[in-house]
Amino acid sequence: MSLLDYFRSKQSPRSASTAKERLQVIVAHERGQRNQPDYLPRMQQEILEVIRKYVPVEQDDVHVQVDENGNCSVLELNVTLPG
Amino acid sequence: MARIIVVTSGKGGVGKTTSSAAIGTGLAQRGHSTVIIDFDVGLRNLDLIMGCERRVVYDFVNVINGEATLNQALIKDKRTEGLFILPASQTRDKDALTEEGVSKVLEELKERFDYIVCDSPAGIEKGAQMALYFADEAIVVTNPEVSSVRDSDRILGILQSKSLRAREGQEPVKEHLLVTRYNPARVSAGEMLSVADVEEILAIPLLGVIPESQDVLKASNQGEPVILNADAQAGQAYSDAVDRLLGEDRAHRFLDEQKQGFLKRLLGGGRG
Ligand SMILES: Nc1ncnc2c1ncn2[C@@H]1O[C@H](COP(=O)(O)OP(=O)(O)O)[C@@H](O)[C@H]1O
Ligand SMILES: [Mg+2]
Repeated sequence: MSLLDYFRSKQSPRSASTAKERLQVIVAHERGQRNQPDYLPRMQQEILEVIRKYVPVEQDDVHVQVDENGNCSVLELNVTLPG
Repeated sequence: MARIIVVTSGKGGVGKTTSSAAIGTGLAQRGHSTVIIDFDVGLRNLDLIMGCERRVVYDFVNVINGEATLNQALIKDKRTEGLFILPASQTRDKDALTEEGVSKVLEELKERFDYIVCDSPAGIEKGAQMALYFADEAIVVTNPEVSSVRDSDRILGILQSKSLRAREGQEPVKEHLLVTRYNPARVSAGEMLSVADVEEILAIPLLGVIPESQDVLKASNQGEPVILNADAQAGQAYSDAVDRLLGEDRAHRFLDEQKQGFLKRLLGGGRG
């Protein structure tokens, strides 16, 4: 580490901790999606199209998720409607 | 019983081929007959790193297609006893490796070798999935950097769902984390994720930490796996990793910034 690097690292926030926090969030999110059934993205798309017949919504206004609850699964549908 | 070990990562350029060459060589050095297979169809490189590029006549795909026997395609390493290389095909046909073909070749190799090291191509698609499909163990090569860590986590997901062991509900593929291109000075400056950070996020057992080092480039220039350079820290770190892979207890080395003179630090000196 050169002298310049030394002062630079003292001034700016430590970028490694930012990296770690961001990774923890995205990895947890992606692990949650990992066990989702393969048909989910397509189903989400079709649900989106149905909703769009009635209300203008964007892609990320619709969230579909399957949660395992012991011996049954719950399909959770979350739609944010324009206010 | 032969063990199949895949060296994988998701992301490209993190050190899979370097690690396959080093670890395969290390296993053979310790008396275990070993073959390293290059699964990177179209981007053959293991031959260069192993220094046998001029001796490639037949390749993996030739064997699968029955155009050559395994004996004709296997290249015997000239430095390390009991070590062989099976080169990748340079074909542009990405479907050249079929599950049936790969399975047949692996079965034959299992009869002859103690360890079969599979050097995976980058990505999470078919090529990478073929390299890991038959694995008993996986070495997940990760650089302390956001995209590499994320991709490693994705490849872990694939190991846990799409490998033969997962498909057939057998004991899961044994996972090992290998952190490469580690720069302790940058870690202590807070610019690079630490080994502990990467371990915490990926949550798999640590096999080794290979420091970022000029010796790796030098080794690849010469076509000699870096593990053969006993003076190099990277070579020593790979040796430790091989010992751990074989169940030995080895303390991790080279994790801390090397103490340098004040003047050298002031001038920004320091070898990679
Ligand atoms: N520990 C290390 N220190 C310095 N350079 C490294 C190290 N490990 C790998 N490299 C370099 O990184 C590059 C990619 O390595 P390679 O093994 O070909 O990666 P991959 O097979 O994952 O694409 C090569 O130029 C190699 O020399
Ligand atoms: Mg490679």
